[in-house]
Amino acid sequence: MIQVENLVKAFGDLKAVDDVTFTVPKGEIFAFLGPNGAGKTTTIKMLTTLLRPTSGSIRLDGLDPAHKQQECRKRFGIVFQDPSVDGDLTAQENMEIHGILYHVPRKQRVERIERLLKLFELWDRKDTAVKAFSGGMKRRLEIARGFLHTPKILFLDEPTLGLDPQSRNQLWTQVKNLNESEQVTVFLTTHYMEEAEKVAHRIAVIDHGKVVALGTAAELKEKTQTATLEEAFLALTGSSIRDESANSADQLRQFAKMWRR
Amino acid sequence: MAAIYVLWLREIKRYVRSKPQMIASLGQPLLYLLVLGFGLGPVFEKAGNGSYLQFVAPGVVGMTLLYTSIFSGVGLLWDRQFGFLKETLVAPVPRIQIMIGRTLGGATVAAIQGTLVLAVCLLAGFRPASFGGLLLGFGLMLLIALVFGALGTAIGSMLQDMQGFQLIMNFLVMPIFFLSGALFPLANLPVVLSVLTKIDPLTYGIDGLRAVLINGAHFGLGLDVLVLAIASVLFLALGARAFSRIQI
Repeated sequence: MIQVENLVKAFGDLKAVDDVTFTVPKGEIFAFLGPNGAGKTTTIKMLTTLLRPTSGSIRLDGLDPAHKQQECRKRFGIVFQDPSVDGDLTAQENMEIHGILYHVPRKQRVERIERLLKLFELWDRKDTAVKAFSGGMKRRLEIARGFLHTPKILFLDEPTLGLDPQSRNQLWTQVKNLNESEQVTVFLTTHYMEEAEKVAHRIAVIDHGKVVALGTAAELKEKTQTATLEEAFLALTGSSIRDESANSADQLRQFAKMWRR
Repeated sequence: MAAIYVLWLREIKRYVRSKPQMIASLGQPLLYLLVLGFGLGPVFEKAGNGSYLQFVAPGVVGMTLLYTSIFSGVGLLWDRQFGFLKETLVAPVPRIQIMIGRTLGGATVAAIQGTLVLAVCLLAGFRPASFGGLLLGFGLMLLIALVFGALGTAIGSMLQDMQGFQLIMNFLVMPIFFLSGALFPLANLPVVLSVLTKIDPLTYGIDGLRAVLINGAHFGLGLDVLVLAIASVLFLALGARAFSRIQI
């Protein structure tokens, strides 16, 4: 479903993604695990047509996102690291707009919106402005929205950041269920080892833009002779701390928060 | 077309639902109208130019249109990275439709805001020359809002961070306002200032408003509308180009 070969993205001298190759078969839950600034989000942006690769090739369901943008966009759903629901609109309205943008026929739209909002336990609050939602509810809405147009692939970029364990647990249960019932391929990135281990069929560890290991959680532990995935991760990526200096994106993020209440 | 419509509707809904913001954005135009209108009134009248309130009201409406539509466009800057717009950038809809929907929405909101300010002007004592002129004024307000909404979209698509935003405010938006003749008559200006006012698109917007509202045009309504129409096409093309090139 996803084929990536020798993918490179360079920003000036810095290679954010450096010669990455991997394949994700249909129906798999695949996790990208890596420290801050390892190249996870950059990879997702290239996979989802938001950024053009410097070199290398990508195939989503056999299509190249750089050239068949619209076709590719129909085939995936995405939940971004930063919230992208409209706080001034209600849950229902957010879903409606998504359905219209993705050309979901009206009848199917109405049915699926109801089904997904119920599944993610948001149906009772469907007419509430999203800005009144908790962080967990907003995330659930975004994931429900990502499923609305029955995508073949769902991208989740650190979807559980800042959520409490209950919300995280519930969220992953629902994603797993939909993965099984709708045969959606899931590509996720996360910082939480136990989540990757519990949810993902296979895990790629990425560091400094390179894939340093790829396999099931058990294989990674075996390869590094460690007892837990966290130890395996540290063995693979070292224990030095990656301080990302505050860049203009962080400033903007703060500004966006301030402005949006 | 459905995409353009829902994105337009979204801007309207957001505007209608944020009443505090609606009221807050009336503050600045009110200051200009009341303080300058009544403060400079006596001097203006002594110079033989009639009532300054009558003169400045179309200028204040033009200022509202400028600020509201440019801000709506520049809002792209964070909306595309941390807001709802990001979701539309990965939707299977041509970028041009998204850009048009959003720009039209922003322009409509700006025109509504301009109408509110015009209503306040009426309360403060402003008297339009005729009812027909008032109706023409609405059409003109939409056109002005479209010009600067498109310019805002172009800027918002090209900007990378907040520093750039400050730069744009101080070296583009403020000059556009101050050079537009919103606050002073365009007759008998020094040559440099006269040239600068003539290359400012808002000059023609405000002149057009004066033409229909107080029968006091400097250039004439025909030229005003022509320049505004050309500017809107130009800025829309520029905005569409910049918007389609957004990478995040």
